[in-house]
Amino acid sequence: MGGYLARKTLVYGLTFVVAVTLNWLIPRLMPGDPVQRMVARAAVQHPETIASMTEYYERTFGLDLPIWQQYLNYWAALFRGDLGTSVWLFPAPVSEVVLAAVPYTLGIMIPAILLSFVVGNSVGAMAARSRWLDNVALPVGYLITAMPYMWLAILLAWGFGVALGWFPVAGGYDFGLVPQWTWSFALDLLQHWVLPFLSLFLVALGGWAIGMRNLIIYELESDYSNYLAALGAPKRLIRQYAFRNAMLPQITGLALQLGTILGGALVTEIVFAYPGLGKLVLSAIQNQDFFLLQGTLLFVVIGVLVANFVIDIVYVLVDPRTRTGLTGATS
Amino acid sequence: MTATQPTAGPGTEASEQPGVAGATSGIGMTGGRKPGGDARETLYFALRNPKVIIGMVVVLGFLLLGLIGPAFLKYAPMDYAGPPMAPPSADFPFGTTTFGQDVFAQFVAGLRSTFLVGLLGGGVAAVIGMTIGFVAGYRGGLIDELLNMLTNVVLVIPGFVVLIIINAYLGVRSVPMQALYIGIFSWPWVARAVRSQTLSLRSRDFIDLARLSGVGVGTILRREVAPNMYSYLFMTFVLLFGGSILTAASLDFIGLGPTNAMSLGLMMNQAVQWSALHLGLWWWFIPPGLGITLIVGSLYIMNVGLDEVFNPKLREM
Repeated sequence: MGGYLARKTLVYGLTFVVAVTLNWLIPRLMPGDPVQRMVARAAVQHPETIASMTEYYERTFGLDLPIWQQYLNYWAALFRGDLGTSVWLFPAPVSEVVLAAVPYTLGIMIPAILLSFVVGNSVGAMAARSRWLDNVALPVGYLITAMPYMWLAILLAWGFGVALGWFPVAGGYDFGLVPQWTWSFALDLLQHWVLPFLSLFLVALGGWAIGMRNLIIYELESDYSNYLAALGAPKRLIRQYAFRNAMLPQITGLALQLGTILGGALVTEIVFAYPGLGKLVLSAIQNQDFFLLQGTLLFVVIGVLVANFVIDIVYVLVDPRTRTGLTGATS
Repeated sequence: MTATQPTAGPGTEASEQPGVAGATSGIGMTGGRKPGGDARETLYFALRNPKVIIGMVVVLGFLLLGLIGPAFLKYAPMDYAGPPMAPPSADFPFGTTTFGQDVFAQFVAGLRSTFLVGLLGGGVAAVIGMTIGFVAGYRGGLIDELLNMLTNVVLVIPGFVVLIIINAYLGVRSVPMQALYIGIFSWPWVARAVRSQTLSLRSRDFIDLARLSGVGVGTILRREVAPNMYSYLFMTFVLLFGGSILTAASLDFIGLGPTNAMSLGLMMNQAVQWSALHLGLWWWFIPPGLGITLIVGSLYIMNVGLDEVFNPKLREM
């Protein structure tokens, strides 16, 4: 168990360093100069003012230092939780802006992931080797997974929001309300949450169902299933064993899918103008606010790493082979 | 990245357990047979499999439309061709946008970008993933350790996020460049799956024989190892193809798409940006998403069919 987790930790540590380095490096390969752009936006004509503004911004963002020092400073700032200053919402610190948006993203992502995982696996397990359910579930599942996240979001927004008018289609809460701890606000929050959640949930659902169906079929063909069947064990029991074994690759799959689902959450939020990280990414791109963009995405990367680590710990709890040092999960 | 790694599709799980759906054919069935000897048999079963036929017809139909469609159109995708916000009619089969652009012309042009992204992105990812998988699995030892570490690192990094940064900063604004970057971040699961299959092939007698006869590593991989998993490699490519299309659509939708070409993701971006939802212009935002869904869905279903073709065990079901 120790070896397994140590290996995983090494991979995540390395990934973190690579991700941070990429995040630092790519903007510096960019043609053009953010400082110039910001000074241009201020629309001052006086050359002396321009010079002093340029100097101020360069000092604030640390662009006048040698490149290796910029890199080290980046790391130092990162460990202080300092992700820089937003240009778009100047002078709000990026970390503050990001932290305000995180609850919304987590609020739709976590329920969508967990529910789709549970429901999808149950449906897939039922569909395996049951002819008529399989014939319905399989094509539907494949079509749902093939849907671009934003398209399903657009369809739901149009159908349930605009055409039927059941749910609001934009924002995290009504623009007329002030965030506060009241029932009416909570209800409003919930109403705005339904459609983004639903579209994320539905796209993820198909994938789990299909994966589980395929795995169960594979498990039902294995020796232990045949042996149990030969002993005269009831079908239900065999399926239970098959399900438990099929869950292991599905948990690994959950870790692998996190990045994908997260990308889906980002574009879904954009469709619904939901005030989470996705909308921040969009605003940052539209306003050329590179500090905000970098900070948001770095936060996302860290989130994915942490979630991966949690899933690994769950895996250790679920799969006894990893604990005894046998070949369980491949790291 | 939106479904760049289609867990849904058979094959992802195969990284852990070859055989889930599609991997068995690579090793178990054709293990000792001469490659190419059963091509006729494969074709025979492929042409009798409804899933393969349906999937193929839909994909090829869209491909044909994208290839020859523009020749028959009166308007270019961005031309202000007709009355604004017109519903579908004989002149404009998919209606027009808020600015009077022909949605059908945009759709047909978008299909081209979609197939190009799929082909290039899927191709790049397949080449990288298979090369790393073959070398790591065959050589073993330190090289395997290093390549495995690299694979795991890229696997955990959310590729879509890195793609956003790259596109936003470096201004990737052409379809081929976009496809290249997508390919660079979607190969890890392929490398893993190919590695594990190569590992189990490595100790077979015919590989030993090839090694004894003194041919180089590259030749052994190309002539002895790869042919035994052609079917699996082909199905992997199909999944990568679909995944690249979905990732590209998401990037385009965020506004990081090509500036010199039309794409289906860009159409959805513009439709949402110019409030097609609130104006009820359903003909603007339904075709692009439906096109992507049908193409990628057909690819997935075709893969299930191909799996049955390559793997006789599944055929009898």
